[in-house]
Amino acid sequence: MRTRGRLGDRLLHAYTWLIIAWLSSPIAVMILFGFNDKQSKSNTTWQGFTLRWYAELFDVSDLTVALRNSLVIALVSTVITVVIGTMLGLALGRHRFRGSGATNFLVFAAISTPELVMGASLLSLFVSGNVPRDANTIIVAHVLFSLSFVVVTVRARVVGLDPSLEEAARDLGASAWGTFRQVTLPSILPGVLAGAMLSFALSIDDYVVTSFVNGSTVTFPLWIVGAVKTGIPPQVNVMGTLIFGIGVLIAIANAVAARRRA
Amino acid sequence: MTGLSAIELEDVVKEYLSHGEVVQAVKGVTLDIAEGEFFSLLGPSGCGKTTTMRMVAGFEQPTKGLVKLHGQDVTNVPPNRRDVNMVFQSYALFPHMSVWDNVAFGLKQKRTPADEIRRRVGEMLEIVDLTGRERRRPREMSGGQQQRVALARALVNRPRALLLDEPLGALDLKLRQAMQIELKRIQREVGITFVYVTHDQGEALTMSDRIAVMNDGLVEQLADPREIYERPATAFVAGFIGTSNLLTGAAAGGVLKVGGGRVLVPGHDGDVTVTVRPEKITIGTEEPAPELSGVRGTVAEVVYLGTYNSYAVNLADGADGTVITVFEQNAHDATATAERGDSVWLSWQAQHSYVIGS
Repeated sequence: MRTRGRLGDRLLHAYTWLIIAWLSSPIAVMILFGFNDKQSKSNTTWQGFTLRWYAELFDVSDLTVALRNSLVIALVSTVITVVIGTMLGLALGRHRFRGSGATNFLVFAAISTPELVMGASLLSLFVSGNVPRDANTIIVAHVLFSLSFVVVTVRARVVGLDPSLEEAARDLGASAWGTFRQVTLPSILPGVLAGAMLSFALSIDDYVVTSFVNGSTVTFPLWIVGAVKTGIPPQVNVMGTLIFGIGVLIAIANAVAARRRA
Repeated sequence: MTGLSAIELEDVVKEYLSHGEVVQAVKGVTLDIAEGEFFSLLGPSGCGKTTTMRMVAGFEQPTKGLVKLHGQDVTNVPPNRRDVNMVFQSYALFPHMSVWDNVAFGLKQKRTPADEIRRRVGEMLEIVDLTGRERRRPREMSGGQQQRVALARALVNRPRALLLDEPLGALDLKLRQAMQIELKRIQREVGITFVYVTHDQGEALTMSDRIAVMNDGLVEQLADPREIYERPATAFVAGFIGTSNLLTGAAAGGVLKVGGGRVLVPGHDGDVTVTVRPEKITIGTEEPAPELSGVRGTVAEVVYLGTYNSYAVNLADGADGTVITVFEQNAHDATATAERGDSVWLSWQAQHSYVIGS
């Protein structure tokens, strides 16, 4: 019995590490090939270690523009999404009103709609409305598909929030706005931040919807897909590594803050 | 009590729309709560006591009627501009703030100078015995401590009245009894009007100067604890506060013939309902003297409860199977006067029969 238990434990360990390796292998490859001292056009075989691509990070000017576009679009759409989504989440989590059921359904529908459908229908909407496609239409599209995620995370916090907290604040002399700023917002902040991170992540790597509504604006994912045929420069790996690194840092900071709160 | 009115409700009605139907939670309540009074709203859940208090705090708008604080009509004044503070059933302490910031919250809203905030919060924490715990978060504290933070957070604003919504409900019995005494001490110390909502009759009797017993959206009786207990105005009050025996029948010439005996109800004729408390009744085997009320019955159950014996006595000729409860103080020896199956006489003095709603 005892040996079999040990064997089972070992198998479980091996299996666990295998899954972890499998999940992290694309990330490892991305990071690794950012250091590849490649000579040929393609960056697919390991040819030696270099820090050259970190030094020449912004040397591919089209790529730099595309990354900057993506960052600006992600930031702007995240801010808009968080403001609208928080208000929606508060309303849906706190009140029952005429149309709240339909709104809840729409939120779910927006999450489950295939991106292709959303992109194609947005394109026909913009074309028939004679709206020129550029960074603004990309932002509109990104707000549209990230909004539901902020609504869902905020609504979950609001539902778990004791309504007498806000009453207590009013009772102690706080105005409606003061109550929101000092009591409601700090209480739902984890939900708001989670929603913000989700919508930033969704925006910065979106390809499908963006490809329908971008006009002549090129974003980071669009540029990479376009460069596949001619060979993706190692700078893409470096940028990917940096974006991933920032994401990891935010996740760690969040975990530390959560531990301090608990 | 100075006799001044701290809180007045004038024929206040509160209606809700529930599933398309109008429900009256409060059906016309008129109250006049005096300055410095410890006033309780007592009743079962759903009787409208919490709704009544929330209308005083300003969280609910009356459908009809007026709410006045110190003579001023505040019916349409929002809660943040009413000079009353509330202690919530769930305490509603701000979880992201320290004890100190929780208590200082109200003063900060009023832009009180920083040194005054420091002084008053410090004093208040001393009154509720929480000095040294300023930096704690609410969730790091016990229920009793959270309760005292909630109290301090409300009282530090020196409100004209403090509203307490079943504040001891979440505490265990020992702590609850300790907090009852504590609350009374704090109320004496700060001299503020307390309005206390509870469904616990013991709590209301222990602490209150006056009690309004509510049932089904109406005040059934408004009086001091002794009056409520000794002279309940309605059958509901008699049944809700403590244990009560009800005897009904037609009285003739000030005597109600019932249970093979008589209940003396001087000055009453016709159909009456008489209430008598179990501890006023003496149990014995001899027919009582004629100046006492006396009824006959058979002991159905004897329960030994330490400080007293409790008897359930089936009334003789009680066509409706009336059962009389009797408490016998365990003053001398631990043996009960009567046993199950014994035929007994129950007697009490005429003054302890109280005719309800006559």
